[in-house]
Amino acid sequence: MIRFQVASSKLFYNQPNKLYVLDVSSFEKDSAHCMQLALFIIFAALAIAGALNLLLQKHPINSALSLVVVMMSLAVLYWSLGAEFLAAAQVIVYSGAIMVLFVFTIMLLNAGEEEHTTGSRAAYLAGIPGAIAVFCLLSFVFLSESKTLGSAHLGGLLDNGLSNIAEISQVLFTRLLLPFEVTSILILVAILGAVVLARKEEEQ
Amino acid sequence: MSHLTDFQTFFLLSVLKIVVVLLITLTAVAYTVLLERKIIGRMQNRWGPSRTGPFGLLQPLADGIKLFLKEDLTPLLVERPLFLAAPMIALACALISISVVPFGALTTFHGVDLFEIANLNVGLLVILGVTSIGVYGIALSGWSSNNKYALLGSLRASSQMVSYELALGLSLVGVVLRAGSLNLRTIVNSQTAHGLWSWNVLGGFQIVGFMVYLISAYAETNRSPFDLPEAESELTAGYHTEYSSMKFAMFFMAEYANMITVSCVATLLFFGGASSPFGHLLPAIGGAFVAAILPIFWFVAKVFFFLFLFIWVRSTLPRFRYDQLMGFGWKFLLPVAMANIVVTSLVMALRG
Repeated sequence: MIRFQVASSKLFYNQPNKLYVLDVSSFEKDSAHCMQLALFIIFAALAIAGALNLLLQKHPINSALSLVVVMMSLAVLYWSLGAEFLAAAQVIVYSGAIMVLFVFTIMLLNAGEEEHTTGSRAAYLAGIPGAIAVFCLLSFVFLSESKTLGSAHLGGLLDNGLSNIAEISQVLFTRLLLPFEVTSILILVAILGAVVLARKEEEQ
Repeated sequence: MSHLTDFQTFFLLSVLKIVVVLLITLTAVAYTVLLERKIIGRMQNRWGPSRTGPFGLLQPLADGIKLFLKEDLTPLLVERPLFLAAPMIALACALISISVVPFGALTTFHGVDLFEIANLNVGLLVILGVTSIGVYGIALSGWSSNNKYALLGSLRASSQMVSYELALGLSLVGVVLRAGSLNLRTIVNSQTAHGLWSWNVLGGFQIVGFMVYLISAYAETNRSPFDLPEAESELTAGYHTEYSSMKFAMFFMAEYANMITVSCVATLLFFGGASSPFGHLLPAIGGAFVAAILPIFWFVAKVFFFLFLFIWVRSTLPRFRYDQLMGFGWKFLLPVAMANIVVTSLVMALRG
């Protein structure tokens, strides 16, 4: 998707200068697309850096905060792809609620620094080849099936300014109604389970 | 400005808007503090600050100078990076959410909206999202201070904010249903038809949603009667016990900026934003300038009313107990907000 975007902007700049004078608005749009590309690169890098930092940090609070950075950068990426509702939901639900609970729990337990171990031998022997295999498999699938999967459009927010909240709710409450309701029941079951687990200690 | 391209005009005007709004918000924060001290003084039968300048009007300036010049202490065993970052997160989040608030009627200049920094189609969600990030400032400040009072205060504050965020978000759904949009400008426009009577709080029958919003907003900003995180008698000063000088001032400013933000949201969603309460009854006097300024006057008047209400409640009601606070949020406000959604959508489905 990045390659596509760069190619198209190059194509545009190779046009004779006359075009800029004739069609200012499309030039503006193109510069906005370049900014979108810059945003994408910055926040994609930030997301990867945050994920690495999550693994490398010794203190659990720092790891949790790196995860918040990852979530927020993902939200910006969603936003730049034109999914503004998903971006807002990502910030509110993941960074604003779930990660706050993570941080809260770490604070309550007052967890100290982790001891740095070399890790188990099995993890080294199976983990690294396994990770490489999964990465290769996924990239093979994405590359070979790229036509059927379709490509995401960077800066989608600029091109079709229609609200995707209406579209999402349309899909959620018609075509995907059953999975949606089943998921909510699943979450309810999880909450009840948590209540039962918390109650057990009081009675004893 | 004819020799500038559209993008340059947009960029310059945006920077100008940000600077002006930031200055006005920070001044408003300083003077809200003075307002609070004056009004509470009067309500408790005393004068309030009256020595610095006429009627004590220069008191915020004196306070600012004092806070700037105080020694900036950092205790030895704090978690330094987080200790420094926490007040910045709190203040930044409090100030960012102002950027999607439309504080005047739609007035465009070279295609740029003058009275709103960013007109987003998920503006309401942005405010909710930024507010929920603000919890980190408080949570981290308490934990990184390495002080048990600060930790207890921040635990109270973050659990309270996470719990009341639910009721707060759900109380707004009725309004969103009526407007059919999350764009704040559209929500305001849906209430401008017949002045006072088409405001959501009256004609829209969202009074229940409004009450739930108002109560949760008090809890969300950690204001009295929900100011347990800073209960002096139990926790010294709560999460900012270890902070001094400008770092303390940043928490202080964040609290008041949050007050202004929730007042703005209440105005926009339930009281018709910048629209006049008289609708089109009053004849349009003056030229285009008055037509642009008058909505801002109404907006500021409504926000001022909510700020006054905040202060009034603070000087009237005693503090909740912690279990009462949690029970009230989860067992009363949340079901009421949900019932409001069900009834509103039912009525809308039956009528439409």
